[in-house]
Amino acid sequence: MPDHVAPARTIPDALPVLRERGQHEVFCGLTGIMWLHRKIQDAFFLVIGSRTCAHLLQSAAGVMIFAEPRFATAILEEGDLAGLADAHDEIDRVVTRLLARRPEIRTLFLVGSCPSEVIKLDLSRAAERLSKSHGPAVRFVSYSGSGLETTFTQGEDACLASLLRGVSPAPSTAPTSLLVVGTLADPVEDGFRRTFDALGIPVHFFPPRRAWDLPEVGPGTAYLLAQPYLAETGSALDRLGARRLPAPFPFGAEGTRGWLAAAAQAFGVSAARFEEVVGPAERRAQAALAKIREGLAGKRVFLFPDSQLEIPLARFLHRELGMELLEVGTPYLQREHLAAELAMLPSSVVLSEGQDVERQLDRCRAARPDLVVCGLGLANPLEVEGITTKWSIELVFTPVHGFEHAADLANLFSRPLLRRARLKV
Amino acid sequence: MQLAVWTYEGPPHVGAMRVATGMKGVHFLLHAPQGDTYADLLFTMIERRRERPPVTYTTFAARDLGSDTAELFKTAAREAYERFRPELLLVGASCTAELIQDDPGGIASALGLPIPVVSLELSAYQRKENWGAAHTFYKIVRACCPATAQPRTERSRPRCNLLGPTALGFRHRDDVAEVTRLLDRLGVDVAVVAPLGASPRDLARLGDADFNVVMYPEIADSVARWLGKTFAQPMLAAPLGVNGTRTFCREVAALTGGDATAVIDESTCRLPWYSRSIDSTYLTRKQVFVFGDASHAIAAARIATEELGFEVIGLGTYSREFAREVREAAASYGVEALITDDHLAVEEHIAALHPELVLGTQMERHIAKRLGLPCAVISAPVHVQDYPARYSPQMGFEGANVLFDTWVHPLMMGLEEHLLAMFRDDFEFADDRGPSHLGASAPVAAPTPVAAAPVAAPAPAAAASDEPRWTEEAERELKKIPFFVRGKARRNTERFAREFGRTPITLETLYDAKAHFQA
Repeated sequence: MPDHVAPARTIPDALPVLRERGQHEVFCGLTGIMWLHRKIQDAFFLVIGSRTCAHLLQSAAGVMIFAEPRFATAILEEGDLAGLADAHDEIDRVVTRLLARRPEIRTLFLVGSCPSEVIKLDLSRAAERLSKSHGPAVRFVSYSGSGLETTFTQGEDACLASLLRGVSPAPSTAPTSLLVVGTLADPVEDGFRRTFDALGIPVHFFPPRRAWDLPEVGPGTAYLLAQPYLAETGSALDRLGARRLPAPFPFGAEGTRGWLAAAAQAFGVSAARFEEVVGPAERRAQAALAKIREGLAGKRVFLFPDSQLEIPLARFLHRELGMELLEVGTPYLQREHLAAELAMLPSSVVLSEGQDVERQLDRCRAARPDLVVCGLGLANPLEVEGITTKWSIELVFTPVHGFEHAADLANLFSRPLLRRARLKV
Repeated sequence: MQLAVWTYEGPPHVGAMRVATGMKGVHFLLHAPQGDTYADLLFTMIERRRERPPVTYTTFAARDLGSDTAELFKTAAREAYERFRPELLLVGASCTAELIQDDPGGIASALGLPIPVVSLELSAYQRKENWGAAHTFYKIVRACCPATAQPRTERSRPRCNLLGPTALGFRHRDDVAEVTRLLDRLGVDVAVVAPLGASPRDLARLGDADFNVVMYPEIADSVARWLGKTFAQPMLAAPLGVNGTRTFCREVAALTGGDATAVIDESTCRLPWYSRSIDSTYLTRKQVFVFGDASHAIAAARIATEELGFEVIGLGTYSREFAREVREAAASYGVEALITDDHLAVEEHIAALHPELVLGTQMERHIAKRLGLPCAVISAPVHVQDYPARYSPQMGFEGANVLFDTWVHPLMMGLEEHLLAMFRDDFEFADDRGPSHLGASAPVAAPTPVAAAPVAAPAPAAAASDEPRWTEEAERELKKIPFFVRGKARRNTERFAREFGRTPITLETLYDAKAHFQA
């Protein structure tokens, strides 16, 4: 068995990065509402935005599957742009109507958008005011999901950071505990909870399933990031005195071992106990991955920037499934949180940050990859060109973390290739 | 500010995209922040188009607002021209770009590109998708089609233009095919279909046709009016329903000096016979609520009344631009038109009317599902289901067949559910399974707690309100009523009980109420 610390082979800063500025074919941070509203079950997300925001939420992300979702848009109209005092009255009116309709709401997120930012609508002020008039039964929190500030998963980062705003640090005498940070599918969270219980590590998850069940955070808190896009949330936790446990992300067997090991070390779990708890699950994951590896080893993969999961996924595809990395794009490269991941990438990898989608498509076509991981706007047109694709938004909607889902994650990449090989039409 | 969970129309720039994407040789440069590119996937995923929409987004971010977003636009315009070499460049701003006032039209014209540049004023905070499509179509036509009357080319057959179909349209693909076939049988050729499939050069030929078919007035009305004025081309409305199609045939014949009798008599339209067939008797005076874009809603109300024997109890539209037409139509059915783009208001309206069938959009489909009502979709906004693999037009004789099937199907299923309910005591047909055709997530049609709780001990919530109490026997009887009218029967009975102070509701009350409302 390897030691439970991830290997540090190269200096991450040494990897060259191609930085591009052109058309970004990415979602804005509002899209995070799609999974956040499922996770935080007593919260409602009210976007203060335009018809475009409402249209994004319903057609791009929701595809109208939830008849009565816990999100909505207050659409700015000509009159709202005329005077800002009006806009605040309008927000109050809309919120009152909403709460009358949905009395079960306990936390209401006022979510800023591109237009609300351009007209400098102060939503934190609105949240304060509404807390006075509707509190304490309903709590109001504001954050921005605008495309001006956030790309796709950064919306979750902004949301989680907003929940920590105004939280005072727990006293240093509070018992030490582990905080797992980032939205995880419920079955994944339950699985991790069982593992940490077995390791004897007291654990909390953030975000909680009920927005008011915020864990205490202070100098006694050690936190593990479950998602690689939580820069702002990490800083907020640091400010509260919490300590980040550097680790790879829990994708694949290797990443999950490294991630759990970081916690085990911090909480003084014996190596023997660690192997006893982690070993069987890890071996089960490895055995499942070995079968899928056959179909993926040696295949060349090109990842377009999307969710910031690209770098951990590339590490998994390369090291555990034997895939060759052509280009790994990310909308934003957070080197600090990704240090352990970058250290595990081959030195030959081409990293790109930001995007000029036309140039990137040129490079992609020239490279003739076996598999392209990209957004829904690009996937079908590339399939028409004969290039097999994996649409990336599924990676944030499917349970993919941990040992038990390592094979599910691998299957997301093998299925498109398998399907292309099977179809005889 | 308008509270919207779902919206009927996207922003106006999406309408512009539908025109640009439907056409050939057009590229659209959209000044927009990062994130607005989501609109691409409407076309690649919902419609499953094979190419990306011909749209370049400037995708400016916060840091650009401080520097020069206009410069960004200039660079994007030059690069888009170099890369795509379009015949025409459309430029416009999405909602956020409109606020920063960079004047995309002015900048693009100043670049001196060797192609026409058409600038759009999309008014994102006032206007919506269909208006954006209509505005874009009009501006492109005016840029491409010289207004000087050209002599019509002498041809053996008369010709017409089909106006209004776009990318991401509700059944536009099949409607174009069906109307083209119908015109061919009437001895008429199609000159230009626009915007769908047309290039800027094709638009220059719009004057060389004898008349225009306005397939989708929400998109083509302004163009058709201009063409009518400029080239003296008459406008014909779309052939929707059997009667609409027969009228269309006669009008085409009148315009072209032909005879439509054979085409009408020989049509393979099954709707008239299916509607007369005695198994359709139960459709008589089915109370229907109709909501959609103006042209589909008006046509659906007419078809429902004349061709299926339904009774229209509500009619509405989200197309404010055509509110007058919808009000007129509603008045002819003796109902008040519902003109709103607030789907919550539509929901309240439907809940109050409690129709037996809803003909609406995807939004009404959800509302109906929640209320346990049968529903068929008649109009945009589009859903992946609106791009079936099979041929499924709404227009022409075949379109009438499609409408018959689509509208009657949920009701037939309703009847089937009722038959199944007769076997409710068999475990497969347990009542709490909900109507099978409404999907697994459908709510139980009408919650009937009494079966489980004895009447003597009503639920505290029910006791607190002025809800009339039901005897166990009456509740049992109520459950024998088909689920799709059970809610209405319950409400009517309770209203009757309150009005006449008849509580608890007994079997007698139930039947007295029935007689009372049957008058």
